[in-house]
Amino acid sequence: MSAQLHAFLERREKVKEKANAPITQPQVFVGMGTCGIAAGAQDVLKALREEMDKHNLRATIKKVGCIGMCEQEVLVDVQFPGSPRVTYGNVTPKKVSRIVESHLKEHVPVQEWVVGEVATPDDPYPGNPFYTKQKRIVLRKCGFIDPESIDEYIAMDGYSGLVSVLTRMTPEEVIEEVKKSGLRGRGGAGFNTGLKWEFARKAPGDTKYMVCNADEGDPGAFMDRSVLEGDPHAVIEGMIIGAYAVGARSGYLYVRAEYPLAIKRLKKAIADAREMALLGENILGTGFSFDLKIKEGAGAFVCGEETALLASIMGQRGMPRPRPPFPAQKGLWDCPTVINNVETYANIPGILVLGGDWFASMGTEKSKGTKVFALTGKVANTGLAEVPMGITLREIIFDVGGGIQGGRQFKAVQIGGPSGGCLPESLLDTPIDYDQLNRTGAIMGSGGLVVLDDRTCMVDVAKFFLKFTQSESCGKCTPCREGTLRMLEMLENISQGKGTEDDLLKLERLAETVKDASLCGLGQTAPNPVLTTIRYFRHEYLAHIKDKTCPAGACKHLITFYIDAEACTGCTVCAKSCPVAAITGERKKPHVIDPALCIKCGACEESCKFGAVLRGKEGAV
Amino acid sequence: MSQPQTINLDAVREILSRHKDTKGALITVLQEIQEAYGYLPRPALSEVSAAMGVPLSKIFGVVTFYAQFHLKPRGKHVIRVCLGTACHVRGGERMLEKVGEILGIGPGETTDDQKFTLERVACLGACGLAPALMIGDQTYGRLTGKRVEELIKQYREN
Ligand SMILES: Cc1cc2nc3c(=O)[nH]c(=O)nc-3n(C[C@H](O)[C@H](O)[C@H](O)COP(=O)(O)O)c2cc1C
Ligand code: FES
Repeated sequence: MSAQLHAFLERREKVKEKANAPITQPQVFVGMGTCGIAAGAQDVLKALREEMDKHNLRATIKKVGCIGMCEQEVLVDVQFPGSPRVTYGNVTPKKVSRIVESHLKEHVPVQEWVVGEVATPDDPYPGNPFYTKQKRIVLRKCGFIDPESIDEYIAMDGYSGLVSVLTRMTPEEVIEEVKKSGLRGRGGAGFNTGLKWEFARKAPGDTKYMVCNADEGDPGAFMDRSVLEGDPHAVIEGMIIGAYAVGARSGYLYVRAEYPLAIKRLKKAIADAREMALLGENILGTGFSFDLKIKEGAGAFVCGEETALLASIMGQRGMPRPRPPFPAQKGLWDCPTVINNVETYANIPGILVLGGDWFASMGTEKSKGTKVFALTGKVANTGLAEVPMGITLREIIFDVGGGIQGGRQFKAVQIGGPSGGCLPESLLDTPIDYDQLNRTGAIMGSGGLVVLDDRTCMVDVAKFFLKFTQSESCGKCTPCREGTLRMLEMLENISQGKGTEDDLLKLERLAETVKDASLCGLGQTAPNPVLTTIRYFRHEYLAHIKDKTCPAGACKHLITFYIDAEACTGCTVCAKSCPVAAITGERKKPHVIDPALCIKCGACEESCKFGAVLRGKEGAV
Repeated sequence: MSQPQTINLDAVREILSRHKDTKGALITVLQEIQEAYGYLPRPALSEVSAAMGVPLSKIFGVVTFYAQFHLKPRGKHVIRVCLGTACHVRGGERMLEKVGEILGIGPGETTDDQKFTLERVACLGACGLAPALMIGDQTYGRLTGKRVEELIKQYREN
């Protein structure tokens, strides 16, 4: 056994012992992913330190990644030796002093703010409906380890998959195991990962590359960010194993620039892995070498497409090119290149530790394992949920997600982002399965699930996505560049009440053409949101066209804001909030909106505490 | 705003000395220059062109392709309001209008005092806390009109 390997095994023994030993001093965990920080975790942490100093208390403060409950951020956990770990939700700097005084000082938890008691990484909060139907494999360590500590990763069997691969398996055996698992790419298209690796292994050439697609461009999705921020080593380990399997010596992590925290944590993780001989020359003394570089994206959605991403790594404009040749044959600098998504790589270590059969035992016939979803929009529990394949959309939205926010009515779920589609209530029993989702006109996508309620207009949603893809179209091929623009114009007209039924037919025809004729996945999938909304919500389009109304009250051109004189208390808040001084009225008397001046920005509606600002049909008042 | 007459290119040279022989480093070089200067000054691009042997036209092609690169100076604090899906359905546009109203500028513009630049972005990955925005490297979620006012005030003061 090499000295490096010996050192690693010894260290693993030690950190495991330490991790399993009972704690001797109280521990405080603060969720410090981007979402936690966005909710104010930084201030909470500061308040915690100050309060503890004030009371002369000592505890280990651990910064952990995201455990998935975005709705309850900031999350703070307190644990005493010999007691369970208690989680507080919606913590603010103000709440900290009571938590410190009561719980940390007097050992009495502040029950009213407690979310639950943490059990195990597999089922963090037994009985909590958000977790009951989840199956945490990729997210297992997120929220439990300090992502900046390689030791904590190793203590939870991190890099053990790599060790068994390097010491006991041939590259072919690794590929066999991954094939056996049935793992399909989590970046959207769902290509079989083991097969992709096999193609790259068999492709001629001495220089080969591994690339991780961490561009996560779908608006409304943050699965990859959470994995990178909460468990960066898992992705790195997956890439090293892949490199060994295909015979690559260098690799790139292409991370979007909007994720500064993920980049920071990856940099640290790479440096730590290098130091322990897990990355770089002669890994663990086995003679295998592989090194990794980070490339920051520069703000272009199309760079999530694999050939565009490769062009961007090479310092060029991120424009896609026709495939074949596929990157596995001809990628970076014309060398065979494997490109996989973050979540795909994060699944690899587990497959090598527990086996392909274990992985394949979860899911449906052709979709194995789990999928992480970013649950957002008008759902009660927003957050990150990892569910076994085969679970239905209904279960995700109503059981995990807790149904619709504010007790409103479910209308649709958008799955797969700008390349995906909107599905209605009647399709909620569709299981999470690549092929069954494709049949509905939507796609599995990378994991964005945006829930829409009765106040969301489907024409507006279609317009939103098309506006996005149209502006992100790289302009290389005509169907996508021109087609999406014309489609957008038609949608614009419809949402302004200027569309005709003929426009709707034209829109459908053009959508099919753009789908068939575009060069890359961007254009080929851009019409999906439009086509699915027309397919399942045609009546809403017709309401805009024939009746000139927006049933959801969202399309500005088709609504009027007015004030309900009964409900108005004359508090003047709306008048003050109006940017164009369209609201008049005396204090304590009902106010009125002048429709001629109103720009329909909705500021008054948002500011009114009495629900007195209402939306009516254009011209109704 | 008038641009300074001469720009000190030492930082550019230093960046080039580290990367110019690495293949595919053009975007990295441009990112680091922008990090150092806040934007991509024209003379810096000429320097890059000469040192890396890439025609200026090609550099402009790359610069104008990516939303992240800027040929004009930007404000000290860049505010990026998210208009991604989750933020869209939870009132992102309204937040953009609000920030614009407070600063008196539209998206893509910079305030006269060079303090703030307003931009839109499609998703910051904080969708669970929509609507969200980013100021510099810091992400803020669960915005309301009032919270936006407070945040801008806070940044204006330092
Ligand atoms: C317009 C467009 C955007 C894409 N964006 C992403 C992305 O952000 N992340 C990702 O992993 N894959 C993205 N993909 C899919 C990639 O092209 C590619 O299929 C994927 O990275 C392969 O990895 P996988 O097999 O592990 O899924 C995108 C594809 C298209 C057409
Ligand atoms: S949609 Fe705004 S942060 Fe994702």
